[in-house]
Formats: sequence, C-alpha cells, structure tokens
Amino acid sequence: MSHAAVAHEQVLEPTESPLTPESWGKLGMWVFLCADAMSFGGLLAGYGALRYGDPTWPRPSSILGIQLTALMTFLLICSSVTMVEALAAIRQGDQRGLRKFLMLTVLGGVMFLGLQAFEWNKLIFHEGQSIARNNFGATFFILTGFHGCHVFSGVVYLSTVLARAAAGAYSARENNGVEIAALYWHFVDLIWILVFTFVYLL
Amino acid sequence: MTAHTAEQLAHEQRRYLQVFAWLTVLTAVELAVIYMPIPHLAIGGMLVLLAATKASLVALFYMHLAVERRTLTYIALTPAILCVLLIFALLPDLGGITRALTQATPPAAEAEAHH
Repeated sequence: MSHAAVAHEQVLEPTESPLTPESWGKLGMWVFLCADAMSFGGLLAGYGALRYGDPTWPRPSSILGIQLTALMTFLLICSSVTMVEALAAIRQGDQRGLRKFLMLTVLGGVMFLGLQAFEWNKLIFHEGQSIARNNFGATFFILTGFHGCHVFSGVVYLSTVLARAAAGAYSARENNGVEIAALYWHFVDLIWILVFTFVYLL
Repeated sequence: MTAHTAEQLAHEQRRYLQVFAWLTVLTAVELAVIYMPIPHLAIGGMLVLLAATKASLVALFYMHLAVERRTLTYIALTPAILCVLLIFALLPDLGGITRALTQATPPAAEAEAHH
C-alpha cells in the first residue's frame, strides 16, 4: 500500500475501536442488534406473560401449520449458510461467488416472505384469525409481523449490498460492508429460531 | 479480519457446514419433541434448551462471536440476560391481570388461599 493510501486511511479512521478493530461500522451494527434484541425481548416477554396467565390459551400446533413453518425455518438457516459463503467468497477475492451467494440469500429471504404471506392469508381469510380477535392473535401477528418487517428490511439491505457488489465495491481486503450486512441477516435468523420455538412449538 | 489464509478459510467453511448440519438436526429434534408422550413442562424445557443451543450456534459461528473479543460477547449477552429478567419480572403481575380480563376460574389453590 502506498504512503498516500495509508495516510488516507488514517484520516478516515483516526483511532481504532478496541472491540472491532476492522471497522466502527461493525461495532455500530452490534449495538443496533442489541437494541433490536431488546425490542424482540420485550415482545416475547409480553407474549409469555399474557400466555402464562390465560388457561384458555390454545395449543399453537392446533391452529398454526408447524410443517410449513419448519420449512420456513430451514429456508432461513439455508440463507444464513449462503450468507457466510458469500463472505467467505469475497475474502478469497471471488467476486462471482460473492454475487451468486448474495443472490441466493436474497432469494431465501424473498421465499420466506412469500411463505409468510401465504400463512397469514390462510390464517386471516380462511380461519378467521385476526390481531384484534384475542390475545393469541394479537401476540402472534405482532411477533411474526415484526420479524417479517426485519426480513423485508434484510432483503432490501442485502439487495443494496448485491448492487454494490455488482459494481465491484468489495474485495479480498475490503469487505466490511458484506460482513456487517451478514451480521444483520444472521440476527434475523437467530430471532426466527426463538420465535419458531416460543410461538409455534411451545 | 481482513487477512485470511487459504487454510483458515477452508477450515471456516467446513465449520459453517457443520453448524448448518447441527441446526438442521436440532430443528428436526424440536419437531420430534413436540409429539413425544411426556409432560408439557418437560417438552417446554427441552424446546427452550434446543432453541438456546441453536441461537448460540448462530451467534458463535455465523456471527463470529467465537473469534471476536470476549467483551463483544458480554455486550451481546446483556440483552439476553435483561430479557430473561423481564420475563420473570412480568410473569406474576400480568398472569393475574390476564386471568381477571378473561374471567377464567382461578386455580383451586389460589381460591383456597383467600379463605
């Protein structure tokens, strides 16, 4: 690296973060994710408290389609794998691999949203469930809806990263943008693992 | 984490696929657990344990907490701990409120306690 480039980097990053030496952005994403985790935690705690006190609460498996949601879970796990593969590809300087795996990740997210729309459509228009009918409906639609918003945001976010990747913005040395987007996507997967267990299975 | 040797990357990629296999197997186990002929409380305990394991796998290996500085792990754990505390803080009160709202019959033990 030339002296000019080193000097330029020093201007951009005058001091290093002790926690994430690669970039401040990564630490920023972690702080955001912690705050976001508290939002989900609040919703899950509210759901738990409402359900705990209600002996008439239905068994979720008697209303919700577990098989379909298991498929959605598997889909998100797969999209997490394609996301780590995208990061691994660009760390080896493989631009084509990065684009391919990012595209598969976005596709996984879109398919997840499609299946969720199908599930909601069935529950609302064919089985009469609604956010206002009872506490079960209220907690179910708020929790899965809030998560769905995160998946949608993730799809938009990763599409932006994909567009930047297509323009050649990342390389084997400079791939923080991909790593930070990956953190967000894995977090969305992690939250779904918890939502799937607490809302569908328990 | 910009400097990665080819050997490191190959090792990481093997690890990613191992984690994927574990996540898939644990999801299948979760599905099997809910149909097991055991008390609902035991099923609940097993499901919580399985979900915590899966979430930890994602955080440690896909979000790279296993190789990040330990302090970042503590930061990531803080909301989890606070959320568990929040659940226990809410349970007694909101349980009662919901019972009152749904006008459900209180458990026999509680009815006796009033006498």
